[in-house]
Amino acid sequence: MSSAPPVSFFDRPNSYIGRTVPRPNVKKLLQGRGTYVDDITLPRMLHVVFVRSPHAHAKIVSIDRAAAQEMPGVIAVVTGPELAKVITPWVGVLTHMKGLKSAPQHAIAIDRACWQGEAVAAVVAETRAEAEDAAEMVVVEWEELPAVVDMEAALDAGTPVIHPDLGDNLAFRRELVTGDVDGAFAAADHVFEEIFHTGRHTGVCLEPRAVLADYQPAEGKLVAYQATQAPHMIQNLLAKHLNLTESDVRVVCKDVGGSFGIKVHIYPDEMATAALSVLLKRPVKFIADRLESFVTDIHARDHRIKGRIAVKNDGEILAFEIDDRTGIGPYSVYPRTSAVEANQVVNLVGGPYKHKAYRAATEVVFQNKNVTCQYRAVGHPIACAVTEGLVDLAARKLGIDPAEIRRRNLIPDDAYPYTGLAGLPYESLSHHASLEKLLKLMDYDGLRTEQAELRKRGIYRGIGLASFIEVTNPSAAFYGVGGARISSQDGCTIRLDPTGTIICATGVTEQGQGTEAMIAQIAATAVGVTMERVRVITGDTDATPYGGGTWASRGAGIGGEAALQAGKALRQNILTVAAAMLQAAPESLDIRNGTVVDTDTGVERLPLEEIGRVVYFRPDALPKGLQPEFVVTRHYVQKDYPFVFTNGIQGSYLEVDTETGFVTLLKHWCVEDCGTIINPQLVDEQIRGGVVQGLGGALYEQCIYDDRGQLVNGSMIDYLVPMAGEMPDIVVGHVVSPTASSELGAKGAGEAGTAGAPGAVMNAINDALQPLNVSLAAQPFTPESILMALGRVSAKVG
Amino acid sequence: MEQHEISVIVNGQKLRRRVSARQHLIDFLRNELSLTGSHLGCEHGVCGACTIQVNGTAVRGCLMLAVQADGAKVETIEGLSDSGAIADLQEAFHQYNALQCGFCTPGMLATAAELVELHPHADREEIRAHISGNYCRCTGYHAIVDAIAFVLETRRNKGGAA
Ligand code: FES
Ligand code: FES
Repeated sequence: MSSAPPVSFFDRPNSYIGRTVPRPNVKKLLQGRGTYVDDITLPRMLHVVFVRSPHAHAKIVSIDRAAAQEMPGVIAVVTGPELAKVITPWVGVLTHMKGLKSAPQHAIAIDRACWQGEAVAAVVAETRAEAEDAAEMVVVEWEELPAVVDMEAALDAGTPVIHPDLGDNLAFRRELVTGDVDGAFAAADHVFEEIFHTGRHTGVCLEPRAVLADYQPAEGKLVAYQATQAPHMIQNLLAKHLNLTESDVRVVCKDVGGSFGIKVHIYPDEMATAALSVLLKRPVKFIADRLESFVTDIHARDHRIKGRIAVKNDGEILAFEIDDRTGIGPYSVYPRTSAVEANQVVNLVGGPYKHKAYRAATEVVFQNKNVTCQYRAVGHPIACAVTEGLVDLAARKLGIDPAEIRRRNLIPDDAYPYTGLAGLPYESLSHHASLEKLLKLMDYDGLRTEQAELRKRGIYRGIGLASFIEVTNPSAAFYGVGGARISSQDGCTIRLDPTGTIICATGVTEQGQGTEAMIAQIAATAVGVTMERVRVITGDTDATPYGGGTWASRGAGIGGEAALQAGKALRQNILTVAAAMLQAAPESLDIRNGTVVDTDTGVERLPLEEIGRVVYFRPDALPKGLQPEFVVTRHYVQKDYPFVFTNGIQGSYLEVDTETGFVTLLKHWCVEDCGTIINPQLVDEQIRGGVVQGLGGALYEQCIYDDRGQLVNGSMIDYLVPMAGEMPDIVVGHVVSPTASSELGAKGAGEAGTAGAPGAVMNAINDALQPLNVSLAAQPFTPESILMALGRVSAKVG
Repeated sequence: MEQHEISVIVNGQKLRRRVSARQHLIDFLRNELSLTGSHLGCEHGVCGACTIQVNGTAVRGCLMLAVQADGAKVETIEGLSDSGAIADLQEAFHQYNALQCGFCTPGMLATAAELVELHPHADREEIRAHISGNYCRCTGYHAIVDAIAFVLETRRNKGGAA
């Protein structure tokens, strides 16, 4: 063989790795011809609407449904005890979260509602409007119970215990001590402390949660069309709790209108919808309306963290210490649990730095508010804001430039492999390269000059930096070892059709990230065909290999690697057949642009459609002993580390109006290292979208509860989300350190933007206000809170 | 429920239908005509996912009743796509990846279509202001602004050349 094989598989002639390619599957979405759950109509389909608790905590004395049942179009009004006959309750715990406890949760409350918004009855009718009309006629007699609202008081002796069987309101506690923490604090020249708050907020997917459950009684089969990130997980849980055979449950997930972690859980109303379909033997559709989304979609990030940092005069960081508390609502969410976020905070605080001592404690408590669980970047934005807030606090107090204190303390780029103080190994990170690249992109020095000039004119601009680490490509350590049937492996089945088309079925799912494009790019590269020849199938438990789905930034890293290996294997099988047909050695052949060629000369020998024709219709023309295998499946699971870590840094430039308290975001930067980049445009757009979600949490978004546990801003009018006018342009840069845990080397990019944005904004606001000796640490940084910090208004309005 | 007869031209097709007085235009389009391209994100007039064109103006389908469309010309994303009226916007959205989940996209395109007609010289800031009634949770807006800016520029250049 004269010519050496390409250095890397990705240098092959028609490689799509590292190329921006427009997503092949979005043309239908651009024409409004997608299929979201609410777009599906089935014969004899019914609609369900839920009657929900208006109280944070109340006993159901009675439910009078006589009037509702008489309403036009009504098929059934069903209560919790009735539904419990077809669906069993669940408990949201994982065995590896030691000590985590929760109470059994029912699809519809049995005798008590534990948060405002909990469903207490279901009304099923021919149309949604009829179901809504009838739901208003259901009369529930309530006996209000004392509500536990304040998480700080949840463990106090005088506070009622929400679930008496559990003994107290503590769901989970974790403590971690690494190194000589007391020694480090004693040796420090300075100890700085701050109390941080991250506002409880929620995902606000533009498409609300949605399921259409179609039970087919003759066969005992259930088809659930569901807007979900994890079809196989849903399949397992529907089967388990409805007492169906798992293979008789099919979960179909067509187009999904955003997910962000909101659609990766089991929701009681969605489970109830499936149960109602079983009960009524008809298809039943549930589409959450926006008002019920606010009180039932998981919330997240409701944390109070006391943080301390021990530093030397020269800015050397010796230790971090945090004391975290979070309120998670009345139940730990099933099946991923509501302790993961706090656990991640403990795992991630201080993550980018090389200090030697760390102490962390977290307490996860029950309360009578909506449940919290994993929302995009789980725990990361909290940990990042606390860490970076403390680092900037130290920098400010010591008079060290924020970029310089990071230079002095970030883990050196040549220190890897490195084990973080929470005991998690980092394979290869690039904090310093990322920092330097960011400073250059920002023109940091130029911005500092501009800032100083403007300050003289009474204009307060701030520059904020935030380094972060991010968990991606989780191993079985995340859920599987804790007993949850949530797969950390994923598969790809790839086949060659007679026309030379490649069909890939993958276990990872698409909710807009570009999963299908990414899989198609990898498969095309691996087999040797153009993208136009590749079709991708996702989101159907009957049609795809068993897998985990899309969450924890695992789509490219796990699903992509499975596609790569499947594609390579299919290529090999095709070449074996081609070699027989051409009477050549398989090693002397390659597939390029859908044609078998001589590797050395590139001379075209045989198009794939000709191979397809012979294999499928004239197999008699093939040598006797040769059985072509044109369907190949490969799986991948990341086993080298508990998680693959990525890193990055963000920069924010903003202006604070000290008269009005308004923050104007002028520009935002993110440099991140997601390893191998498959499609630069898709990565950049993941970062940008993630950044804006982080900015929302930092500046606007908060689920505000009153002291009776009532959500007071549960509509899109009152709950503010980032709109185009307030958002800045976002510059994205990359450093590339591929992971060696897979051949593809991709780490994942879906959450980096959200992880770092709030910390960067907080630091920028505090940088802007530094001359006024004011700093803030409670998100969201609303105009009101900034004016209060400035002493311009005295108390909270309202 | 009180019923009314309406005549309406939807995507160029004349229709005569009986609708209930309380039915929203968006529900009429989605449920009665199976034009499911327009979406419902809030049903209270904030998110813009239901944006369609009525007599050439972008309106929120969840804030208008079907009976109010009596005698009107309604264009949904399906009609705007088939007529080719927004083909350049769709192509630019595709190239810039100005959509992820695509749920906001039909409404965003209807708003963008109005913008490029009314404000051919809009700059980035004006684009941002104009689409500020359309919520997108996925993209962070940057790519949408890029795509619209590209179309404006292309249309301006074409106009200049003609
Ligand atoms: S659905 Fe009409 S504006 Fe949101
Ligand atoms: S693309 Fe998902 S909401 Fe805009």
